Amino acid sequence: MEISKGWNARKKKQLQVIIAFTIVPLFLLILFTYYPFLEMIRYSFYNMKYIGPRKFVGWRNYVQVFTRPDIIRTLLLSLYYMVGSVVQVALALYLATIFCFKVKGENLWKGFIFFPYLINGIAIGFIFKFFYTRGFVLDTVLQVIGFDLENLPYWLKDQKINNWSLVFTSIWRYMGSNMVLFLGAMMSVDDTLYEAASLDGANKWQTFRHIILPSIKTIVTLNIILSITGSLSAFEPPYVITSGANGTGTFFVVMNDIAHTSQKVGLASAMAVFLLFVIIVAKFVQDALFKYIFRNADTDDESADVARARKKAQKAAARKAKGGA
Amino acid sequence: MAKTTAAKVRHHYSAGTIIWEIIKYASVILCSFIAILPIVSCVITAAKTPEEYQTTNVMTPPANWLNFSNYLEAFKTANMGTAFRNSLIILVFVLLGSIIIGTQLAYVLNRFKFPGNALIRNMFTFAALLPGIAMQVVVYEIMTNLHLVNTMYGYIIMMCGTDVMSIYIYIQYFENLPVSLDESAFMDGASYFRIFYSILLPLLKPAIVTNLILKGVGVYNEYYCANLYLQDKRALCTVATSLYTFTGPLGSQYNMICAGVIMSLLPALIVFIALQNQIYSGVAAGAVKG
Repeated sequence: MEISKGWNARKKKQLQVIIAFTIVPLFLLILFTYYPFLEMIRYSFYNMKYIGPRKFVGWRNYVQVFTRPDIIRTLLLSLYYMVGSVVQVALALYLATIFCFKVKGENLWKGFIFFPYLINGIAIGFIFKFFYTRGFVLDTVLQVIGFDLENLPYWLKDQKINNWSLVFTSIWRYMGSNMVLFLGAMMSVDDTLYEAASLDGANKWQTFRHIILPSIKTIVTLNIILSITGSLSAFEPPYVITSGANGTGTFFVVMNDIAHTSQKVGLASAMAVFLLFVIIVAKFVQDALFKYIFRNADTDDESADVARARKKAQKAAARKAKGGA
Repeated sequence: MAKTTAAKVRHHYSAGTIIWEIIKYASVILCSFIAILPIVSCVITAAKTPEEYQTTNVMTPPANWLNFSNYLEAFKTANMGTAFRNSLIILVFVLLGSIIIGTQLAYVLNRFKFPGNALIRNMFTFAALLPGIAMQVVVYEIMTNLHLVNTMYGYIIMMCGTDVMSIYIYIQYFENLPVSLDESAFMDGASYFRIFYSILLPLLKPAIVTNLILKGVGVYNEYYCANLYLQDKRALCTVATSLYTFTGPLGSQYNMICAGVIMSLLPALIVFIALQNQIYSGVAAGAVKG
């Protein structure tokens, strides 16, 4: 009797703290995320402005998402950002690998490459408007290494090149943070593995292939997938640098325009719901892919012993390969 | 790490080693150069007088590196005194709020089994997938109805909400704090609130620092919502939105714009130099979850 009474009192106290500690975050989450989300789904079936009458139009907004040429164009545009993000991940991986070996002045180089990540979007907008202006920073540097100004394009106006210019700013900004992320994963590898490999005469490629790569493949795969879905929602570079002019308006920039300038709230909502649908599908594909890739449980979670055993086997194989060659 | 590798290698410089060393340093130096070139060009231009800016190439070094007149001009024009003050106030309250909210929620989710625990976790996970900018259409209506538009506290409340990533970082940390700690304190008669505030919260410091950095960078650099909800651009500008002053008629005075840009990134630079390693581990920790 006593015990159950104490137990009940305890449950009651727990309940108090649970309620006290969850009510504010849940309230904020519902107010600023879930309520707007549900409203957005509802709006996507209406023809409406911010103020004034609303007319139910069924699926018509969704049909427009797939038929308006300006929206379809943006879907193709995201391919630029997809290519960009693959380049970004590859470059980050390459540099992180370099920093895994001894580099003089490592902290300084790392700091330079990472710092752009900490700059705010508006400042980046100004920096690159300046950078790409005719005859300014980029043109000057290219002239120094032998290009003729006459042959250089207008980086932000010329439609053949301007989307690549914007993609470059995105790589410039985020590559350093990817690099730090990969480096973090690589550094979590036991130091003795690197030493053993070097004692064993493994070359740089073998070290990368057998020690570094296994330790980061989860995070690399995750980042590639993330950046692919991220490329659909690319927003900042065109928003702050070109305002979407000269054919640089991405899906989000066009949506932002439709919502705020043309005030077609229903259509903008339908675009947002469509984007969310794509993201959710991508998430499922990602989960399925992960299950498939790591079905043999050969992941980062394996115990140190297993890792060491695998290492030994690989070393032996490497030695054999070397002997054979 | 891997220092021994290099030491061993130094004894016999094979052709491969030399080529690798060249490639290594060439890559690192080239990438560093590309990373800082746009910023350095701003520093150069910010130190130029209007005449110099008109007559010299952008990459020509200024006559006087210590010419601060553009900085003063930009500081006044963009109202950056107010901007720095506002950004500081916003940072302090948002960080305080989100840390209290985030740690409390993570504590409850990690320490207690209750119906709805998994639901709350899933709600936060799913929320991370929702396109934030797209929903501002509705959020704007809500903010208007609550009379929160154009007020600093309205913006602060909106930014205070926590996200799945910080909760995940806290929960991961809670998992390393043994439950026996709570148990013995509870047996001694401490309430759950007391256990949280006087025992667990101080132990959570590394996770809090990580989240402070991640959230701090995000809040300091946030401009979309600041631009949308803090409409009085004179009195309510933040560092990020104050730079908007330079669009329009001032849009080609790059010597002043560059000075403004450099000033806006100085706080980030100082924090970065002071807390480099914490920032790196913060980024690594935060991004694991994506």
